[in-house]
Amino acid sequence: MTTLKAKDYTTDQDVRWCPGCGDYAVLAAVRKALPVIGGAKENQVFVSGIGCAARFPYYMETYGMHSIHGRAPAFATGIKLANPQLDVWLVSGDGDLLSIGGNHTMHAMRRNVGIRILLLNNRIYGLTKGQYSPTSEVGKITKSTPMGSIDEPVMPLALALAAECSFVARCLDIDAKPLGAIMERAAGHAGTAFVEVLQDCNIFNHQAWFHASQKDTRPANTLQLVHGDPMIFGVDSERCIIRSQDGLGVANVADVDAADIVVHDETNRTQAFELATMRYPDFPEPLGVLYVNADRPMYEAACEDQVARAKADRPADLQALVHGPETWQVT
Amino acid sequence: MPDSTTTPTNQPPIAVDDVAVRFAGDSGDGMQLAGGQFTATTALVGNDFATFPDYPAEIRAPRGTTFGVSGFQVHFSSNTIHTPGDVVDVLVAMNPAAFKTNIADVRPGGIVLADEDEFGKVGLKKAGYEPDVNPLDDEDLQRRYRIVPVPLSRIVREELADDDHGAKEVMRCRNIFALGLVCWLYDRPLEPTIDHLNETFGVKKGRQDIADLNIRALRAGWNFGETAELVGERYTVAPADLKPGTYRRISGNEAMVLGLTAAARKANKPMVYASYPITPASDVLHGMSGMKRFDVTTFQAEDEIAAVCAAIGASFAGSIGVTGTSGPGLALKGEAMGLAVMLELPLVILDVQRGGPATGMPTKPEQADLLQAMFGRSGEAPVIVLAAASPSDCFDTAIEAVRLATRHMCPVIVLSDAAIANGAEPWKLPDLEAIEPIEITHPTEPNDGEVFHPYMRDEHTGGRPWAIPGTPGLEHRVGGLEKEAVTGNVCYDGENHEAMVHARQAKIMAAQAVIPPIEVGGDTTSDTLILGWGGSRGAILEAADQLSAAGTPVAHAHLRHLNPFPADLGDVLARFDRVIVPETNSGQLRFLLRATYLCDAIGVNVMRGRSFQVQELVEGITRAMEGKS
Ligand code: SF4
Repeated sequence: MTTLKAKDYTTDQDVRWCPGCGDYAVLAAVRKALPVIGGAKENQVFVSGIGCAARFPYYMETYGMHSIHGRAPAFATGIKLANPQLDVWLVSGDGDLLSIGGNHTMHAMRRNVGIRILLLNNRIYGLTKGQYSPTSEVGKITKSTPMGSIDEPVMPLALALAAECSFVARCLDIDAKPLGAIMERAAGHAGTAFVEVLQDCNIFNHQAWFHASQKDTRPANTLQLVHGDPMIFGVDSERCIIRSQDGLGVANVADVDAADIVVHDETNRTQAFELATMRYPDFPEPLGVLYVNADRPMYEAACEDQVARAKADRPADLQALVHGPETWQVT
Repeated sequence: MPDSTTTPTNQPPIAVDDVAVRFAGDSGDGMQLAGGQFTATTALVGNDFATFPDYPAEIRAPRGTTFGVSGFQVHFSSNTIHTPGDVVDVLVAMNPAAFKTNIADVRPGGIVLADEDEFGKVGLKKAGYEPDVNPLDDEDLQRRYRIVPVPLSRIVREELADDDHGAKEVMRCRNIFALGLVCWLYDRPLEPTIDHLNETFGVKKGRQDIADLNIRALRAGWNFGETAELVGERYTVAPADLKPGTYRRISGNEAMVLGLTAAARKANKPMVYASYPITPASDVLHGMSGMKRFDVTTFQAEDEIAAVCAAIGASFAGSIGVTGTSGPGLALKGEAMGLAVMLELPLVILDVQRGGPATGMPTKPEQADLLQAMFGRSGEAPVIVLAAASPSDCFDTAIEAVRLATRHMCPVIVLSDAAIANGAEPWKLPDLEAIEPIEITHPTEPNDGEVFHPYMRDEHTGGRPWAIPGTPGLEHRVGGLEKEAVTGNVCYDGENHEAMVHARQAKIMAAQAVIPPIEVGGDTTSDTLILGWGGSRGAILEAADQLSAAGTPVAHAHLRHLNPFPADLGDVLARFDRVIVPETNSGQLRFLLRATYLCDAIGVNVMRGRSFQVQELVEGITRAMEGKS
């Protein structure tokens, strides 16, 4: 078999995102990552809802479905129920998956359907031209909030963990390599894998993530999580995460015992939840894999198993079924 | 034959043709079970029958209140019948509330068996009667009906008392006592019920003692009838002259489950049934969840929208996607159904109609979703619409829905209703071999040289190729944005859009090629056609018979296909001076006929939370024929 390249995943459709949109970087990273991950193109399905990010499937030379607003997890679930062997990727935005589709996102996660979700979070409604989104910060001035948003934003990672999501990770749109690595792990995960991608909408919410994405801001304001490593960040690795009575806190490495620096354990759900609720500017933005639980049964596998057991239990005798328990003869 | 331990009665039963019995009591009194078991027995005796379970939306409304009354009506006959009956010959009233809410439906001279022990001050008050005025003593009512007070609770309490069972367990057998009494009255054997009790309580639940307790109640009921001589005579109804064959009893929801399952097997495809619980469609979900051995996967989704979306996802991936609901759920599924129209994937949507709008009357039938099924989506979004005419007809309609959905690659809505979903009738078992296979092909090769065009149409069916993920070389994208003809690429061109609107409509109309012509029954030379659809077929047939018998012969026809209509419908309508359309809505089919054929149809419309009564239909049709409304 010939090895695939990024261009093999490229369709003949013109990509219609605004120039400079963070979605381009994600698309390029995904096209690059898939050949590395491997698997047959014909078994891959990209599903999306509605929004800028949701145009994604049109640009991937795989099977794809651009569905309706918010419902992509439900379509993806149906696809997996029909054919658990398919490799289903769901790419959509924060409005799609957390607002109109919050319900479906939550239920796919708690069922542990084997789908990989890339949530491109730009903290704004792009396609409808700039209203605040469920992840916009309080006070956000937009077309629909001239006096500032009064809605408390959703924390996507915390929501995923609360919904029992079994793989939770986070990445920047421009980080092609780390995104590829996370996708590789997500692809190998049996269950719902959720990746929040911090994405720049350079038209309506440019710089929303600049505190974390720029060369000069990044070291001080992001925490790169590595399983088994102490949580240290900063320009000179001078800052760290410690545990106090009130939970996690930020300290100077110089001021604490090395043993007091919290070590990242991606199997620790409670700690993952603490990381998921850290908020900038009090805390750095955590990046990397927050949580993995490889032990949860996969939904479609459990479904298949019941069908198999039912088949083993009784023959599929249609005549007997139609006949039913009680009949009588008319002569 | 009656149970052998009872003494044979001296009087031979009087033969009658046609009887309707209604068991009515508190929703906790087990009326559905008593009625169901009486029906099973009646089926074995060989009568034709139709049933009508009428239960409240509340699971357990406060005991003894009128809104907690649950009823089960069985109509059985030595002739062919089609409806559960307008009026009842025998009412079993387990308490004053059941008496109060059902007495008006008893025919004059009909028998009312009432549990007199429940007609104390408390019971009367709960039912809204004056505590001192017992309706069983009402002379007016006594003149109208044969009211038979039965010391039912007292006998059950005294006869069944033993050391092993508490009062509660004993009193739970009241329904079975009533069943025994009615079995005596209509000369029905007890054995089927005894077998059933042994099976459900003894074998399945490991409580043979409860089975025995109920069997004692059953015999006590029979013996009471025999010894008390309260009623005087008994009756018997000879077997009906049904077509020879093997029969079973079937409800609409059961038939829907069997039909969908049979369709999946006939198509040799797995099926995914995705649904969200809703009255009165939930039993289809329950039934389908037991069909796993036939490659059926069920998915209880988080909501109605997720259910239809999962079904569409399943179809995209190569299963037959089906979702089931009732009217409010159909409204929620509208957007996704529009997507299925755009994606041109097979999808079956079952709507078991109930009284609306909004929550409306969840347990009561109404034919009021026809226009929603036709038009309830954004944009020009035609789908195929079918309606089942009776409980057993749900089987054939379900198969037809899968056949058409896969043939034309489109959504098919199947309309049933609360009455046929829960009502039952005898069903002559179908010859499964005679059901044509459902031919489905998934392409494996490009259809234009090296290239695969997902929207290249079949010239006969108008459908597009159903290429499924997992097929190398046919990778393609579908989506809700307008498609360019043939390539399926996103396209906002106006002319292309108009052509695609026509193409989506044309393939629905292409189904006419396989829709059989209309069968006109009754007096086809009459100047009047009674045209119905859905669950009112039985009542229309009986009304037409009665009109003929009374010297006013009419022609009648019934539509299973509401969109597209059968190709000859226009011609058929034109043959009659007068077209009368009875519907339990305000005239939805009539609206479509007027719009489609400029046919000035006359409506007979009743919206009372029940199916048509034959008598009101006869009167309505007569009025319509006389030019009154
Ligand atoms: S509006 Fe924003 S998110 Fe949408 S394409 Fe343009 S830059 Fe990207």
